[in-house]
Amino acid sequence: MVETLEQSLRRALASKPLLLMAHLVAGYPSFDDNLHMLEAMREGGVDLVEVQFPFSEPVADGPVFARANQTALERGTRVSACFDLMARARNILPGPLLMMGYCNTVFHMGEGRFLEKLAAVGAAGFILADLPPELGADLYGRAQALGMSGVLILTPNTTLERKREVARQARGLIYCAARKGVTGLKTDFGGSVEDFLRDVGAVSPLPRALGFGVRAPADVAFLRGKAEMAVVGTAALETYERGGARALADFYRRLQEGVLTGGREA
Amino acid sequence: MNLFSSRSGRYGPYGGAYIPEVLHSCIAELTAAFYAAKDDPAFWAEYVTLMARYSCRPTPITPLDNISRHLGGARLLAKREDLNHTGSHKLNNVMGQGLLALRMGKKRVIAETGAGQHGVATATMAARFGLRCKIYMGEEDVQRQRPNVFWMERLGAEVEPVRLGSRTLKDAINECLRDWSHSMDDTHYVLGTVCGPHPFPEMVSYFQSIVGQEARTQLLELEGGLPQRVYACVGGGSNAMGIFQGFLDDPVELVGVEAGGKGLKSGRHASRIASGEGSVGVAGYRSYFLQDADGQMVDTHSVAAGLDYVGVSPILAYLADSGRVRFTAAEDGEVIEALKLTMRLEGLIPALESAHAFAAAYREARQLKSGERVLISMSGRGDKDIFTVAEALGDASWLEYLKRKAGG
Ligand SMILES: Cc1ncc(COP(=O)(O)O)c(C=O)c1O
Repeated sequence: MVETLEQSLRRALASKPLLLMAHLVAGYPSFDDNLHMLEAMREGGVDLVEVQFPFSEPVADGPVFARANQTALERGTRVSACFDLMARARNILPGPLLMMGYCNTVFHMGEGRFLEKLAAVGAAGFILADLPPELGADLYGRAQALGMSGVLILTPNTTLERKREVARQARGLIYCAARKGVTGLKTDFGGSVEDFLRDVGAVSPLPRALGFGVRAPADVAFLRGKAEMAVVGTAALETYERGGARALADFYRRLQEGVLTGGREA
Repeated sequence: MNLFSSRSGRYGPYGGAYIPEVLHSCIAELTAAFYAAKDDPAFWAEYVTLMARYSCRPTPITPLDNISRHLGGARLLAKREDLNHTGSHKLNNVMGQGLLALRMGKKRVIAETGAGQHGVATATMAARFGLRCKIYMGEEDVQRQRPNVFWMERLGAEVEPVRLGSRTLKDAINECLRDWSHSMDDTHYVLGTVCGPHPFPEMVSYFQSIVGQEARTQLLELEGGLPQRVYACVGGGSNAMGIFQGFLDDPVELVGVEAGGKGLKSGRHASRIASGEGSVGVAGYRSYFLQDADGQMVDTHSVAAGLDYVGVSPILAYLADSGRVRFTAAEDGEVIEALKLTMRLEGLIPALESAHAFAAAYREARQLKSGERVLISMSGRGDKDIFTVAEALGDASWLEYLKRKAGG
């Protein structure tokens, strides 16, 4: 049996204080670009990647990703091609791969077929932005039986009781959204993010991935010792659109420096 | 039939709240506030009084004597939601949610709008209740419904055109959810129809049930009996749920009329149920949607912006499956004909949305015996549609007028 998402992360965390999680929208700007991005992620030392399957109603996404979803679909992106991309990503990046998206993609193809295909491309799990644990118990349970993790999201604006309830059903890692709102908006990294991460640590032993608004080495430096992973989404896509694969690899490298200096500044 | 006894937001396999975790707390807060209000008899009384003083409730039922004679067959009657303040049934839901927003201490409201009716109603409520207001409207609808944009802005609302997706109602709903996911502390989202995550389908049904309650009482009083059939157009389904709830336990056939657009075989319609082309999906709630082979929501079409929506109420999906509500569709062309006939013979101007219900009722009126009653939900008035209708009718002097105005 291959190792689970949590096991892979624990192994990586043994030699690195903060892992870097990257994101891409499949088919945006194009599948060729996605491959260049994946190469840049490998060069830049990215530890795990979420591959977003574009959906026509991306309600959890801010303007940059919402438009990327739409453009990918306008360019003819099909679900089958997203799985193919994951299979190719498997050969480019050593770290775990996660499918990210919205639950209609899963329900429309059928939970069984979805999990089968996900396992076939070697994914470690999936994140569905609009499937709360209480409505996805069946899917999340079946995934676990196949050795895959249904990753759940926690946000700062829920009660401790709710956080505990979500944490109880979470597998692999806890995706911590740094603030209210959608992806791509600004986040103030400070005491409230720290408090939130501490709350999450109190309700779950799983590695914490903090996302939403991580843009700069200073943000990553701030997170070292407070979370186990930093998720970089919108800022990376903007970097790629401005400067291509080379700029993106540099961007991830600078973030890695943030991981290192984070220890010294603290 | 009590659809809402479980308070679970589930209607057979449909409904639910498929939302990002960030919305969990505000949906929970809203659900608790709604049930507290529903359990408080003073709340409904306050609502009914407000609607009597501020709007035009109870709205009358008008027998369509001339058309009934013209068609031969059933006795047609219209429930006059067009006589509400702001011109449609949308105000019922909006004033109810406004009272709830005040109870929750909210200072700001947001809403999506398609035809603009729900947006105008929300802007009106916000002005009356002293709330800040922002309306999201698909860019395509902003073009189609310019007069309503004018009124929303004059009423003090900010109108934001939505340029994402198909630039229609569904995209405006998505944009509201995005706004709400960071503004929830001081903001209530006034969803305009019986769709979306729980508790919206139940809550909007609750406020709209005033229509069916009145209609049933009025018919028994005025006509001494129930109708054989009730027709309502179905966008998201709020005017239909409103009027149907008065007759769910009666031997009355309930007919939902969807937008047939350019025809159910044309691929240019918004019929999720009658066309047989809809399939079960999830976009905030589980119901029938028009989607492609990958589960992407597709573009819809209707001459009526308020029916141009890709999903349908989970409650109506359930009632359709169980056979309690029959679904049919009316195409753009027959809708315009029904509108013309209603104007000429009755002096009534239904909204293009409502004209779908009239069209289906006219088409089927001869199936009924003379004297059998048909109740039509006249959900709104058509003045807002002057540009669309004038274009559909090819009114030359109106076009001339527009040119003159634009030149001046
Ligand atoms: C007059 C009128 N009728 C009907 C509708 C359709 O909505 P629903 O199906 O929720 O009644 C609209 C929507 O804007 C409307 O303005």
